[in-house]
Amino acid sequence: MGSSQQEQYPLDVDAVREEFPILDRKVGGDVTTPGEDENDTKPLVYLDNAATSQTPDRVIDAIADYYRSYNANVHRGIHHLSQEASVAYENAHDRVAEFVGADGREEVVFTKNATEAENLVAYAWGLNELEPGDNVVMTQMEHHASLVTWQQTAKKTGAEARYIRVDDDGRLDMDHARELIDDDTRMVSAVHVSNTLGTVNPVSELVDLAHDHGAYAFLDGAQSVPHMPVDVGELDADFYAFSGHKMCGPTGIGVLYGKEHVLEEMEPYLYGGSMIRRVSFDDSEWEDLPWKFEAGTPVIAQGVGLHAAIDYLDDLGMENVHAHESLLAEYAYDRLTEFDDVEVYGPPGDDRAGLVSFNLDGVHAHDLSSILNDHAVAVRAGDHCTQPLHDELGVAASTRASFYLYNTREEVDQLVDAIDDARQLFA
Amino acid sequence: MGIGGGSDMYRQQILDHYKNPRNYGELDAPTFSHTGENPSCGDTLTVDVGLADDGETIESVAFSGDGCAISQASASMLSERLPGMTLDELDAMDTDDITEMLGVDISPMRIKCAVLARQVAQDGAKLYEGDVDDLDVTKTEGDEV
Ligand SMILES: Cc1ncc(COP(=O)(O)O)c(C=O)c1O
Repeated sequence: MGSSQQEQYPLDVDAVREEFPILDRKVGGDVTTPGEDENDTKPLVYLDNAATSQTPDRVIDAIADYYRSYNANVHRGIHHLSQEASVAYENAHDRVAEFVGADGREEVVFTKNATEAENLVAYAWGLNELEPGDNVVMTQMEHHASLVTWQQTAKKTGAEARYIRVDDDGRLDMDHARELIDDDTRMVSAVHVSNTLGTVNPVSELVDLAHDHGAYAFLDGAQSVPHMPVDVGELDADFYAFSGHKMCGPTGIGVLYGKEHVLEEMEPYLYGGSMIRRVSFDDSEWEDLPWKFEAGTPVIAQGVGLHAAIDYLDDLGMENVHAHESLLAEYAYDRLTEFDDVEVYGPPGDDRAGLVSFNLDGVHAHDLSSILNDHAVAVRAGDHCTQPLHDELGVAASTRASFYLYNTREEVDQLVDAIDDARQLFA
Repeated sequence: MGIGGGSDMYRQQILDHYKNPRNYGELDAPTFSHTGENPSCGDTLTVDVGLADDGETIESVAFSGDGCAISQASASMLSERLPGMTLDELDAMDTDDITEMLGVDISPMRIKCAVLARQVAQDGAKLYEGDVDDLDVTKTEGDEV
């Protein structure tokens, strides 16, 4: 960075990158032994952030510090370490609540990932409540995490699954949404930001539509919470899900936000230790929220890591993160659409989240991403867990470059150069 | 050499077979024909096989399909390799035989593209010989990665 064009970019990327040593590694050698060795010779260009983001040193340190100095099970021991771990684990819930605008830890359930958050509600609410005649409304751009979960829950309960159409610009057809959401709708499950199209959906409108018809609204925030300021209270969603590993945190932790009174009414999803207050041979009573939904030894180290990740993101400022990525996405969109043989999916460059999915004419996405990999450019190829959406787009697969707070315009240029190499090879 | 894949995956031979596939199309009177796909990549292949009068020696092969360079080039090369081989020899072909035939290292995530043609031919032969009867379309396993 550094040229005059860069001045609008709000983050000091050189400084940011210092905290991510992995971004300095080289790749290209044998993949059967993890980590860089002498056969890895090409500097990595990491553009697969929508799949998972990299982890800054301070998050790694926070996790290591937990294991080194206060590792213990939570809520079980009255010994010192257990108390330290319990306080840290509870604080992590508070920190998440504060970050996304929830009312408190009661509304924040830690899960394994966003997918499990979807499943939690499908099992704890959907299987118990849905019945024939009901319908669940999704969008055609749902990630499989939400689509498969609600599709199967609908099948099991006899409810109907409906999908709001996506128009040619990759936006939701809101007239169609108004047609589909009716008084038999019990759940509207919609992706906030599409992981394939980069579309930012009008979710407030969808939430209002759901509520007008007495339905719950579940928003999939896996691609929004990491990248833009989100206030679940303001959105008025009943449920909201996201994953730690896409927001500078560790794998193994996801978050289910749920309105307190809604979670209160739901049955537990997993049974076992930690989620009970009293157990007899005849029956059991549940623990308070959110612990009622966190059976067994929970994701303690991951909670500590997620807390550190949120502190990190707040230090940078989510507005800045968002602005940085939006500029990169717009630049990538502009550069890619310069070429007649590149088809870019989704809305125009100045109206999208920080990712770009595309196809190069005559080159299968898997071939393209293999050639990009030869240039050490890491992208995602395939259907990005949105297979039905790809059916709608009329392609089996696409290639996706997704950006985060440490990416640069130079990396976008490297992507474009690597695409040109593929173009030459296949010409 | 490691199994990193690397630029070598698109050596001239592969690109040549991809751009100019051999034996592309259908046989007039195949002894058997079978179809397969990689659901997650969208690679599809149909392989037609004609046997000699001995009922076990492969005489002619044609294929048609759509997909990535690795899957299509592999089918093209296999269509040149198979004539003269017996069904037993076809059945004995493993993944190493395919990577050796391709002459390049295939990265782990792309192996299922490389072996699709072999799998389709083998399953077609098994169906023809009556060893299996419940197979409609061959699908190489491997979900979205
Ligand atoms: C929009 C969206 N929803 C849900 C998920 C699922 O996240 P996870 O795999 O962490 O459960 C992802 C990412 O994979 C996503 O992009």
